[in-house]
Amino acid sequence: MWTWFYRLASPPFVFRVAAALTPWFVALAALTIGYGVIAGLAFAPPDYQQGDAFRIIYVHVPSAWLSLFAYTTMAVAGAIALIWRIKIGHAVAAATAPIGASFTLLALVTGSLWGRPMWGTYWAWDPRLTSELILLFLYVGVMSLRPAFEDPGRGDRAAALLSIVGLVNVPIIHYSVVWWNSLHQGATVAKLGKPSMPGSMLWPLLSMSVGFMLFYGAILCIRLRGEVLNRERQATWVQEAVKS
Amino acid sequence: MTVGSRGEAPVLVGLGEAFGLVLRRELRLSFRRPDQLLQPLVFFLIVTTLFPLGLSVQLSLLREMAPGVLWVAALLSSLLSLDSLFKSDADDGTLEQLALSGQSLTLIVVAKTLAHWLVSGAALVLVSPLVGTALAIPTAAFATMMGSLALGTLTLSWLGAIGAGLTVGLKRGNVLLSLIVLPLAMPLLIFGAGATDRAISGTGALGALYLLAALCVLTCTLAPFAATAALRITLE
Repeated sequence: MWTWFYRLASPPFVFRVAAALTPWFVALAALTIGYGVIAGLAFAPPDYQQGDAFRIIYVHVPSAWLSLFAYTTMAVAGAIALIWRIKIGHAVAAATAPIGASFTLLALVTGSLWGRPMWGTYWAWDPRLTSELILLFLYVGVMSLRPAFEDPGRGDRAAALLSIVGLVNVPIIHYSVVWWNSLHQGATVAKLGKPSMPGSMLWPLLSMSVGFMLFYGAILCIRLRGEVLNRERQATWVQEAVKS
Repeated sequence: MTVGSRGEAPVLVGLGEAFGLVLRRELRLSFRRPDQLLQPLVFFLIVTTLFPLGLSVQLSLLREMAPGVLWVAALLSSLLSLDSLFKSDADDGTLEQLALSGQSLTLIVVAKTLAHWLVSGAALVLVSPLVGTALAIPTAAFATMMGSLALGTLTLSWLGAIGAGLTVGLKRGNVLLSLIVLPLAMPLLIFGAGATDRAISGTGALGALYLLAALCVLTCTLAPFAATAALRITLE
């Protein structure tokens, strides 16, 4: 009954699907990010308090969201691979980790650049900033655990388990501005009721977020193909695919 | 841990008995090696001595930094002994025998981790008044300091069991172990040092203590299973 499911997760199938999806992701990401950049930087009105400096939100918020989304993806893919022994899950997790770490770093860097004019400092030991930094360390831990094993299968499973353990941190980051009295501003978009932002500011931000998500999809597809090729390098279909 | 008598079918000992056997074995092994027992404690004392030397000997300044210094030193010293949690047993094959014994591996992990906490964390808690006095922490704050350290080191032992389980098969797992465990232990440092800090300034420390206790309960209930899964991955 479940054989179709396993067939979907077979490396050659994933390799071909990822190849077919990549141009779509790239085109749609270019479209949404293009609109977001132009509308956000040129047409959105300046903030009444923060002036033009708020415009870094169009990079900062999507990358922060994606840092959490990528971590969750990595942990879920790892869990699927651990529980149902679907190997492609490990490939997805391995391909996601560096992308997620880059998004985390981007969120931290843009955040500190934003913090300089607004809070008067590049860095504050604030719950949200600290927990995002811990997220970066968790990514680094997962990424360094995987290649530490001589047997790649063992490294995959160890990294998957560690990423599941680290998942505890994700809700802490998300709710840190609610639970603690934080310097970081509260949620303005993802909350119940009306977002505290006018449409001319909000639409570019949403477009950028969707664009970042599609960009993540595009990079993931490209990295996943490389990962699958490397993992299946002994298989005959890879030899054929490389030859043709 | 099967007890076979006169060629009859082996009889498994009960859960409680197996737990007691492993716990007693671990404790006995630790007390046979008193140097390994003392080294983390001496490390704890030395690190806490370094801070007043490097920073300032003004008592008022020292008192402000004391909780952070105490907690960082406690984390680092517990981390030192974590590496040996499964290592020697994995090297000589005892761990594999325990895993194959038919007893629940989770139970064995719980016994080993508890024994580790008793000889490292609990010992650290007992030494902490000495360090507290040296760092000018008022005596009134000692109860909170020791309570928070007890909860914190126990939580750290559980987190460390996961990390040690993941890195046990590796040749140079020590640095990797710190890299894995320290990010997970950061909340402990925040709440633990926070509780001690509040106890010194006389504002209610209970909130932070409750959060520490919650973290402790969370790890006590979930970490044994994660550590068992980690061991199974590295052993198989």
